[in-house]
Amino acid sequence: MITGPLIIGVSFTYVGLLFAIAYWADRRADQGRSVIAHPTVYALSLAVYCTAWTFYGSVGRATENGLGFLPIYLGPTLIALLWGSVMLKMIRVSKAERITSIADFIASRYGKSQMLGGLVTVIAVIGVVPYIALQLKAIAWSFTILKHYPDLQMPDQTTLQLWHDTAFVIALLLAAFTILFGTRQLDASERHEGLVAAIAFESIVKLLAFMAVGLFVTFGLLGLGGPELPQAVDQAREAARLDPLLKPSISPFQDWLAITILAGLAVMLLPRQFQVGVVEVSDERHLRRAMWLFPLYLLIINLFVIPIAVAGLAIFPNGEVNGDTFMLTLPIAFEQPWLALLVFIGGLSAATGMVIVETIALSTMVSNDLVLPVLMRHWRHRRAPEDLGWLLLNIRRGAIIGILMLGYLYYRLAGEAYALVSIGLISFVAIAQLAPTVIGGLYWRGGTREGALAGLSAGFLVWIYTLLLPSFAKSGWLPTAFMEAGPGGLDFLAPMALFGLTGWNPITHGLFWSLVANLGAFLIVSSLREPNATEATQARTYVDALRHRQPTSAPLWRGSADIAELMRLAERFLGVERTRRAFTDYAGSRDLPSLDVLPADGQTVSFAETLLSGAIGGASARLMVASVTEEEALGLDEVLDILDEASQIRAYSREIEQKSLALEAASAELRAANLSLKELDRLKDDFMSSVTHELRTPLASIRAFSEILYDDPEIDLDQRKRFLGILVSETERLSRLVNQVLDLAKIESDHADWRNEAVELQEVVEQAAEATEQLIQDRGIQLGLELPEQAAVVWGDRDRLIQVLMNLLSNAAKFAAAEAGRIDVSLCATDDGWHLCVADNGPGIPEEALELVFEKFRQTKVGGTKPAGTGLGLPISRQIIDHLGGKIWAENLPQKGANLCFELPAHRSNTPD
Amino acid sequence: MSKRILIVDDEPNIVISLEFLMMREGHEVRVARDGEAGLAAVKTHKPDLVVLDVMMPKLDGFAVLEAVRADANLAATRILMLTAKGREAEQNKGLALGADAYMPKPFSTRDLVEKVKELLERND
Repeated sequence: MITGPLIIGVSFTYVGLLFAIAYWADRRADQGRSVIAHPTVYALSLAVYCTAWTFYGSVGRATENGLGFLPIYLGPTLIALLWGSVMLKMIRVSKAERITSIADFIASRYGKSQMLGGLVTVIAVIGVVPYIALQLKAIAWSFTILKHYPDLQMPDQTTLQLWHDTAFVIALLLAAFTILFGTRQLDASERHEGLVAAIAFESIVKLLAFMAVGLFVTFGLLGLGGPELPQAVDQAREAARLDPLLKPSISPFQDWLAITILAGLAVMLLPRQFQVGVVEVSDERHLRRAMWLFPLYLLIINLFVIPIAVAGLAIFPNGEVNGDTFMLTLPIAFEQPWLALLVFIGGLSAATGMVIVETIALSTMVSNDLVLPVLMRHWRHRRAPEDLGWLLLNIRRGAIIGILMLGYLYYRLAGEAYALVSIGLISFVAIAQLAPTVIGGLYWRGGTREGALAGLSAGFLVWIYTLLLPSFAKSGWLPTAFMEAGPGGLDFLAPMALFGLTGWNPITHGLFWSLVANLGAFLIVSSLREPNATEATQARTYVDALRHRQPTSAPLWRGSADIAELMRLAERFLGVERTRRAFTDYAGSRDLPSLDVLPADGQTVSFAETLLSGAIGGASARLMVASVTEEEALGLDEVLDILDEASQIRAYSREIEQKSLALEAASAELRAANLSLKELDRLKDDFMSSVTHELRTPLASIRAFSEILYDDPEIDLDQRKRFLGILVSETERLSRLVNQVLDLAKIESDHADWRNEAVELQEVVEQAAEATEQLIQDRGIQLGLELPEQAAVVWGDRDRLIQVLMNLLSNAAKFAAAEAGRIDVSLCATDDGWHLCVADNGPGIPEEALELVFEKFRQTKVGGTKPAGTGLGLPISRQIIDHLGGKIWAENLPQKGANLCFELPAHRSNTPD
Repeated sequence: MSKRILIVDDEPNIVISLEFLMMREGHEVRVARDGEAGLAAVKTHKPDLVVLDVMMPKLDGFAVLEAVRADANLAATRILMLTAKGREAEQNKGLALGADAYMPKPFSTRDLVEKVKELLERND
């Protein structure tokens, strides 16, 4: 039913689909409508972490030691909590320096050392190629098992001819795919959009396939219409096999811890993880979603591991079926061909995703950090070809084929051997050797090139000794004797029990010793000397990556360069058109009108170097640029001075910025204050000019009459009497004015004396009426008082209240009708106070002047003539009433006349009478 | 010889003193209590000289001055401005608008009488 050709057809169709997706995404990217510029796609692409080893191997691990598979996913979940710092730094540095790979990242950190880049590449290739072999094996196995459907048959050690070996065909197919979508352009720091889209798609496919099996099995276990499982649990032998699964424990603890740490490091440092997580990221903000979405993905894909493992053990009780194949053999056992096919596709997704990305990452490293340095040495003696870009791309393509073939070869040779089966975690340990230099480089300024070289070498050698060689020995390729007893009978050097450390899982043991050696060598050798100029510069860029968004190392270059030379160099790698465009854009970013005026300074040289870094890696770029420029060596002291100066300048400029902000705020305040002062000043001027006018007017009369009387003693008696009367009244007017101005000034400036007490308003009205009686009677006005029985007690200054009332009464007297004039004073209670009104039957106040009458020197004219008075009575009254917590206003009566009213809060005496 | 004099001011006591002074000099005196009335009186009575206050209700002294100066029929009218605002700017404004003399309040009666005499002689 499921035949070989069908499987091959489906596989090809699937890979074809990947091509289509990658092609479509690349087209969209070219049109500027990126499909991968989305945080979810970024998180899904990180799931390239889950390989065939996860897809098939998790169940296998679970059958052997229960929850032992879990730390591999726990580590990434925990480390994701730190991504806000570690990964963000890695991304920022990589974007700024156009980092192309993890090897480039490390080499750039420690003074752009080619040797360091080379060493990292070697470690990565040796560590990862067996892991690629594992993926090829998974594909070949799953193909073979599926081909025998509906029979259950475990694959033999492969003896097929090359062209009939699925693994080989798949490897070639993957090489083609990788070359097509991974080497479209030379600039490896540019993103491979199509590739990432395909990887994200594969992450979805493998998750769906895994969940399909999980649901199928789980519903069966729960009796929900799935397959019937035999009741095997009550048999003693079965129970023993299921024990680790049904009674999960996390012992031994050190293994859990070790694998958790290992996986947490691998998820950032594996070349493919660095590729998708750091090089391919389009926006560092995507990290925020990945920090929870990626762990969630891991959780979901592990949800059904235990149920599938239990089901597998129950269905195949005799151990004739390998636990690693349960994913595929369970659907076959229950005769579910389509589910089996789906699982095959899921496994294919997991394997191809890993192989493609890992191969691209490794090929970049091999070409930039291994082959190119060798070629550059070669070119010292012989002229290099003109078009280096094309050459480099071909090197990369060759590297892709080479790496895949190496993987295939390892698969053919190692096959069933332990060396392949256990390679997943062993690979992780090799990659973990990069951790001290990477993490140390991001947080510690003291690391040096020698320190990094020493640490990496020591860790790698210990890894070979404690993990790689024993795995070869277990595969029967090396004599096993030396494993138990150390070389030459030195027991304490036994690779599986170094320095007598026994009882630990080999992985835990190897990880511990390799990291101890690595970290120790890194720290000790680094501390032998101070970091040199380049290292110090790069340390700043890396360690302070989060502090300034665009790390600059530009000023740290001194020497002479020629723009034309630099451009010629870049053209050889990037081509004429791209180089011109990049340089023109750069000139634009420096606000220069054209390329011709671009200065050949440190900044430009640094730009050229970074531009080249994207193509050939930081270390090679540095050497290449150095070959066309003449750099004067900068001493460490000078570099430190410059850095120091720069940081001081930064600190200063921050300070200045803050100060200027403070100044701006202060000057805004001052402006506001100045404005209100100006307004006050204008009011004061107006007031002064009004006062002056009011003083001069009576003074003019007084002077005129005094002179008239003085000059002419002959004036008749009546006339003399009349003039003297005027003199007296004008003098009174003058002194009244002076008093009121002083009064007002005192109240306004809050310097007045207030002798507050409980005052009865009835008394106030009566006293004021008495004082103005003469004036009122002279004008023939009737005064009516309407006062309540109840004592209207308020809190206030008696004299000032009398003054207010006198003002109101004399005002009313001035305006009351000339004939049959009337003034009515009424006092009544309100909710919480007293309401007093003085009404006259005069012409009233024009509507627009109701408020104005309370302004100083606003005298309302009665019939065009000026009434006697200073124009300060009502303003003073308002000040007094306001001060006592009341309000005063003017209104017109419905019948003729003005009504001036005030309200004051009632004073409640403590002793009610 | 007797001249016709118009006093325009809203301060009753000042009007009384000015009226007294001018009548003592033998002039024929008329009084207006605000700017509008003053301007009307100038037009109907064509006085030889106007004693004009600046701060007045309805129409201030400057406006009256402008209106008079704008009227060619009234070109011969001498105008003496009086003001309680003693600022230089005010004085300049008055002179610029065409006042013949400008005196601040409080004024010296002797100076005022002298000034009036001088202005009236100019006319002859």
